[in-house]
Amino acid sequence: MSAVTGVRAPGAGGEPSSTTTAGTGRVGDRVFKGAAAGSGVIVIAMVTLLAVFLLSQALPSLLADKANFLTSREWNVDDTQNLRFGIAQLLYSTVAIAVMAMLLAVPFAVGVALFITQYAPRRLAGPAAYLIDLLAAVPSVIYGLWGLSVFAGKVGGIGTFLQNHLGFIPLLAKTDTGVAGSIFVAGIVVGIMILPIITAISRDVFAQTPDVHREAALALGATRWEMIRTTVLPYGRPGVISGSMLGLGRALGETIAITLIVSGLNTDSAFSLSLFNGGETFASKIANNSGEFSNPAKTGAFISAGLVLFVLTFAVNAIARAIINRRREFTE
Amino acid sequence: MTATTDVRGPSASSPLLLTKVSGGRAAKNVAATVLVTLAFLVALIPLLWILGVVVSRGAHLLAGADWWGLSQRGITTRRVGGGAYHAILGTLLQAAVTAVISVPIGILTAIYLVEYGRGRLARTVSFMVDILTGVPSIVAGLFIYAMWVTTFGLQRVGFAVCLALVLLMVPVIVRSTEEMLKLVPNELREASLALGVPKWKTVARIVLPTALAGIITGVMLGLARVMGETAPLLILGPYNSAISSNLFGGNMATLPTMINQNRNDLALEPAFDRVWSAALTLILIVLLLNVAARVTARFAKVS
Repeated sequence: MSAVTGVRAPGAGGEPSSTTTAGTGRVGDRVFKGAAAGSGVIVIAMVTLLAVFLLSQALPSLLADKANFLTSREWNVDDTQNLRFGIAQLLYSTVAIAVMAMLLAVPFAVGVALFITQYAPRRLAGPAAYLIDLLAAVPSVIYGLWGLSVFAGKVGGIGTFLQNHLGFIPLLAKTDTGVAGSIFVAGIVVGIMILPIITAISRDVFAQTPDVHREAALALGATRWEMIRTTVLPYGRPGVISGSMLGLGRALGETIAITLIVSGLNTDSAFSLSLFNGGETFASKIANNSGEFSNPAKTGAFISAGLVLFVLTFAVNAIARAIINRRREFTE
Repeated sequence: MTATTDVRGPSASSPLLLTKVSGGRAAKNVAATVLVTLAFLVALIPLLWILGVVVSRGAHLLAGADWWGLSQRGITTRRVGGGAYHAILGTLLQAAVTAVISVPIGILTAIYLVEYGRGRLARTVSFMVDILTGVPSIVAGLFIYAMWVTTFGLQRVGFAVCLALVLLMVPVIVRSTEEMLKLVPNELREASLALGVPKWKTVARIVLPTALAGIITGVMLGLARVMGETAPLLILGPYNSAISSNLFGGNMATLPTMINQNRNDLALEPAFDRVWSAALTLILIVLLLNVAARVTARFAKVS
């Protein structure tokens, strides 16, 4: 059911060997192959156009930017003659939420995947996997709604407790933002959202562990946990890493749940590392201002933010794919 | 020794074991079992919690016929009444148009990758599908805005939303169809080709029907995914409280934007009810598609 999460497990399905050249001369064959190749070209065109349009509309605003795009925390784009915008704050909030989500989700995902593949009775494994996949089916706007009006209230106490007792750690320092609208809450909610993706990939690689490895470990007298630690986990490690990277990519781009939960910052507020601060991410900044794309210069500023997000997710996904592919070469 | 064939592990008390597993190792084993089981149970909490909250807060409006037949036209957040017909209609219409565009492109691309693709073009297409899979939905919306509104000077309409959703749906269909086509045994293709059937007919009449159930499953899961998308709608599809089925003119409501529209008025009871009922309606549609996809997968000839 990897289609649920839209991602592919490594080594799932081999290439059919029959890419024959039979009958290439017939009209039907040429038309059909043309249509198939044409669709492939459409896909290439989509991505190319996406990059071209984003770049071409971001560049004029980037060139007109009076502030340092990479290091400034300002975002003043209303005066088109004096554009001042930078991504430092957006980058920090985005990365903080995504990393927190990943750190929360990965241990749980590995545990759930182990439960489904190694511990659950065979008859329960299927339904258990399906339940976790259902988490991926819940629309993100509903996660946002739940996080905003139900979950934030429940974790408020934990947040206040952490602030009061561990506030000397910069990451947990007290801020003016209430716990409910903080990066902390958004990080947990996004962590829940990416759990099924990481689980799906980990599950698939754990299930691929060769039986001979596991039987060998058991035959040597290993307990079930020792068998898992010495065979399943090492075998599945690249899969878990790439699954986590794909989850990270999803977390970086998550929009509406974060838009609903995290409160914005005052323009003159000081920078804080604290997870209890508010702060918009790339995606929520764009979403919050989507009604105000009044002129090209202003729109270009937001498109620049979108472009950075695109590059960021692209890099993270590319690393994930590279890990998957390297492993595939190993196993085949 | 029976334990060697039972890959799920011997129990510490098995009489066939020569020596007992030492206390420390046995304790670690038990601790791991408990932790792993706990991880699974904890992971279920959010699912049950969310479903419970949405059902308990949203169910009562869905029981009335008004919800399924009326719009929110002229009804403020302080007033009770109206329905979600306009939003349900918009969500279904946009999803349908998105599917009509995405399904042929997605399936044909998968056919190209599995049945024809070799060399640089196939590798490029596969790479581009990977990129599309990772494109955040807000970026897809931003791209269509940059093209449709800024460059072409057109209005923000339902069809522009569909275009953005196509970008998100195509990679899902390509990947799931690809997996299914790869599962079709090569013997079927070879038998057909050996009988002199042209390659395109082999693909269209033998390979596709064999993989059909799996392909439909993938399409339904793709549909479920785009129906729940909100980010492109924020940029391209402003909310409209009246019924509109025009994809090329005027604003069009959808369930996600209906939720987003009322989110700042959750303190008011009518808006609160509306938001959660819209959420329940959206979850029902998406879950229904998921269940249908799972049932269809049962009919698969290959798996």
